[in-house]
Amino acid sequence: MTQRVIVVGGGLAGLAAAVRIAEAGLSVDLFSLVPVKRSHSVCAQGGINACNEVARQQGYSEYEHFDETIYGGDFLADQHPVLEMANWAPRIIDLLDRMGVPFNRTSEGFRDLRLFGGSLFKRTHFAGATTGQQLLYALDEQVRRYESQGSVVKYEYWEFLRPVVHEGVCGPRCVGIVAQDLRTMQVRAFRADAVVIATGGPGLIFGKSTNSIMCTGAAASRCYQAGAWYANPEMIQVHPTAIPGADKLRLMSESARGEGGRIWVPRRADDRRPPREIPEGERWYFLEEKYPKYGNIVPRDIATREIFDVCVNQGMGVGGENSVYLDLTHKDPDYLTRKLGGILEIYEKFVGDDPRHTPMKIFPAVHYSMGGLWTSFTPGSYTPAAPAPGHVSGTRAPIGSEIGMGLQPGAIENARTNIEGLYAFGEVSFAYHGANRLGANALLSCIFDGLFCGVGVVNYLRDGSPSKSPAGELDEAVFRRAAEQEERTLKRLLGTTGQPADERTNPYIIHKELGVEMTAACTVVREEGRLRQCLATIASLRDRYSRVRLGDLAAWTNQSLAFTRAVGDMLILAEALAMGAIERRESRGAHYRTDYPERDDAGFMKTSLAKYDAASGRTVLEFIPIDASLVVPRARTYGKKESAADPKKQAQAVGAT
Amino acid sequence: MTTTQARQSSARRPVPGRTIRLRILRCDGPGKPSRWETFSIKVESGANIISCLQQVAANPVTADGRATTPVVWDSGCLEEVCGACTMVINGKVRQSCSCLVDEYAPGEGDQITLEPMSKFPVVRDLWVDRSRLFHALRRVKAWVPIDGTYHLGHGPRESPDAQATRYVLSECMSCGCCLEACPQYNVEPDASAWDTSFIGAHAISQARLFNMHPTGRQLAGERLEALAGPGGVNDCGNAQNCVKVCPKHIPLTESIAAIGRQSTVHAIASWFARG
Ligand SMILES: Cc1cc2nc3c(=O)[nH]c(=O)nc-3n(C[C@H](O)[C@H](O)[C@H](O)COP(=O)(O)OP(=O)(O)OC[C@H]3O[C@@H](n4cnc5c(N)ncnc54)[C@H](O)[C@@H]3O)c2cc1C
Ligand code: SF4
Ligand code: SF4
Ligand code: FES
Repeated sequence: MTQRVIVVGGGLAGLAAAVRIAEAGLSVDLFSLVPVKRSHSVCAQGGINACNEVARQQGYSEYEHFDETIYGGDFLADQHPVLEMANWAPRIIDLLDRMGVPFNRTSEGFRDLRLFGGSLFKRTHFAGATTGQQLLYALDEQVRRYESQGSVVKYEYWEFLRPVVHEGVCGPRCVGIVAQDLRTMQVRAFRADAVVIATGGPGLIFGKSTNSIMCTGAAASRCYQAGAWYANPEMIQVHPTAIPGADKLRLMSESARGEGGRIWVPRRADDRRPPREIPEGERWYFLEEKYPKYGNIVPRDIATREIFDVCVNQGMGVGGENSVYLDLTHKDPDYLTRKLGGILEIYEKFVGDDPRHTPMKIFPAVHYSMGGLWTSFTPGSYTPAAPAPGHVSGTRAPIGSEIGMGLQPGAIENARTNIEGLYAFGEVSFAYHGANRLGANALLSCIFDGLFCGVGVVNYLRDGSPSKSPAGELDEAVFRRAAEQEERTLKRLLGTTGQPADERTNPYIIHKELGVEMTAACTVVREEGRLRQCLATIASLRDRYSRVRLGDLAAWTNQSLAFTRAVGDMLILAEALAMGAIERRESRGAHYRTDYPERDDAGFMKTSLAKYDAASGRTVLEFIPIDASLVVPRARTYGKKESAADPKKQAQAVGAT
Repeated sequence: MTTTQARQSSARRPVPGRTIRLRILRCDGPGKPSRWETFSIKVESGANIISCLQQVAANPVTADGRATTPVVWDSGCLEEVCGACTMVINGKVRQSCSCLVDEYAPGEGDQITLEPMSKFPVVRDLWVDRSRLFHALRRVKAWVPIDGTYHLGHGPRESPDAQATRYVLSECMSCGCCLEACPQYNVEPDASAWDTSFIGAHAISQARLFNMHPTGRQLAGERLEALAGPGGVNDCGNAQNCVKVCPKHIPLTESIAAIGRQSTVHAIASWFARG
């Protein structure tokens, strides 16, 4: 029997992995909830970071990209993997370029660049306003090429239910998965010598977010419940300006504020007049009032916190709802069209109002999870005697960008979870972004995982356990048992359809309440008492979930069943998230505690590690040291005073997504 | 005039807190009969078709108070960039996530009709099987044949104009609107007929996209041959419905004309090569 690799997820990370592994001559089975071309990665607009020739001649380097990423992540990421990723970034852009990605061009025909948050150099490559879509399509096309040759087999509209973990002589090892066809509802076990999980982020735990509808985190939760560790669950990035919608919170680029947008709410909470009828004196420009220097262009986390405070704590949101005005109506409409056309159209399309004439309503939204499945790595050749101080732009980097400085190429431990044979690539992994992700670094990390760490998977098949004991030869009972367990869960859920669900047992209502609670307690501002209350709420939702009732007993294309199952997994991951937020008694990056407002390196420059205790069904949390052997931690201030005096630079540096 | 102004001048002002009716063509699965069901929906602010369907999923009771099953539909990004949620709304094919209720049903009791796309086999309710659309992309080899993923330097340089042309074509999200509107494109559940039935405007346009790329061009001959046979570019009746419904404003008729020209040149060249 030929060796096979299963890749679960067809976003950027999963597709890059599939291409790399198929190219090495192995067979890949690619699973996805949706046709891979429709994966969540299509949503990314802004761009992808990499050092480039222009920036290099101005004093930038791969090393600086690495240093920025560590600093931006507030010194929580393990440092060696980040170094390798930054060193690889220019090669990844070149490859995407060869694949035909229509990157924007300069008049001479070179790749154009834009400025993004967290850097003073232009290092963000982009393809119009849909970079993620363009990158995803390029990889999708390459996978289609392998599919035509038969080395990639796609299982689209199949849902991953659990890894098959075999207790071998040398400890647990992943030898396949159980999955379900979402049309026929058939449950099946699949054998594989290695499994790559590339299932993206968990935005739906917060109800509505900027994420796509499939981003439930259920796949990660299922690995977690099967014994994989989950790291830094509390690190969730909230974007300050999103467009509230009845179904989703769509991103509104920060360049709207950069171009002079003013944030305000009516001074009287019960003022229901249309915004343009409210006179200047009866408007509260709270950012301008509180931060006279920065005004509306305060750094992203501050803007997020203030807007949240005004709406959630003070109840001053527009019309009593969670929203504030982002007002551009004082600007010349033609100027706005020239500068912001694309993003204003999104607002117009989905809200039906023209932001040139009506103030936009916006609110912060959960956007990205820095936390994810814990993964290991094998450090590369750069091991300085002592960590270097923060890099100064324009000075010589201590090292070049040769392959293998940060990570050992092809090492089978790279991006592997604590379970042998089970890998985690892309947003579902915790590596690279620490406590806060820089704009345009996510697409990079996804593709880097697929390309670089994909080789480790290939080597694992050649040299690791599968070479001695292939999954194809293991006892059928291992797989049958795993599939039967999932079938039991399904039977239980389907058996609940007898009586109609009430408010307490309706899965959609349980999910809605979870989202509201998580958004209120576990996003922008956190505090121990409130987090404990959140934990209690999750416990009661879990209790209600144990009596959940399904609205559909169809044996064909039963979406309610799939959703309800995912809600159970979301509840478990939510608990890990809340516990991480409680135990991390400091403020770092996206995690802000009012009761512990300072960063505490001695106590918490550590990875929080959630382990699932299968017997009790509960999360057990511990802290483990990080690899900080390359750069010394420093305060993350972004030269506050200096950038206040130079609003132009500040305006350019926003716009990160 | 902006889209909004156009909208507002033609539309009535939406009534806040109103209830509307969602009339949905339902079907339990392939080979099962279809039926209409109507749901009463209390309109939330900012509601679109997806949020209305989410309400139905949470509380599947018809307008006349009968308990039913939740309606099944396909969706993903919810921002008109993945193509998943395409359906026929009030008789016109479009994405449901960008379909705002305020615009389609501004008055109390207004009705919106939802049907699955008719050119693809129904899986259940509003969810159709569009595998044939992706098969078409394989048929025209819609990829750049690169020499592997190891580092070999950058790609070809490209003028901003050429980039702009390719970018527009590359925004095709495989939604299938152009196929739903095309009189030459008919439902075909039998996969063995997919290589000879009409391929559709989207794939012809993708062939043009890859024929424009300096490396992609290497397969131009194979693409043109695939499009020369039955179900290829000659099956297009030039009705131009496709270009009118494409949500990404892809110049499909331009692409069809370009591929038509390339095919003629290619046919003559291969005829001479044979002689
Ligand atoms: C609005 C928005 C804008 C963004 N803009 C940028 C940007 O400009 N630059 C940047 O760098 N980053 C950006 N990001 C972040 C970035 O888009 C994501 O982090 C990245 O695309 C994640 O890719 P992925 O491959 O890890 O997963 P995804 O693209 O989320 O793909 C996940 C895949 O897993 C599959 N899957 C999930 N669960 C299962 C299951 N149970 N069974 C089977 N399959 C499953 C899905 O079908 C899908 O194919 C943005 C994010 C958002 C929300
Ligand atoms: S122009 Fe051709 S492809 Fe387009 S709708 Fe008409 S027949 Fe179909
Ligand atoms: S060409 Fe337009 S209508 Fe046709 S599939 Fe592509 S995006 Fe949809
Ligand atoms: S859900 Fe992606 S286009 Fe509508």
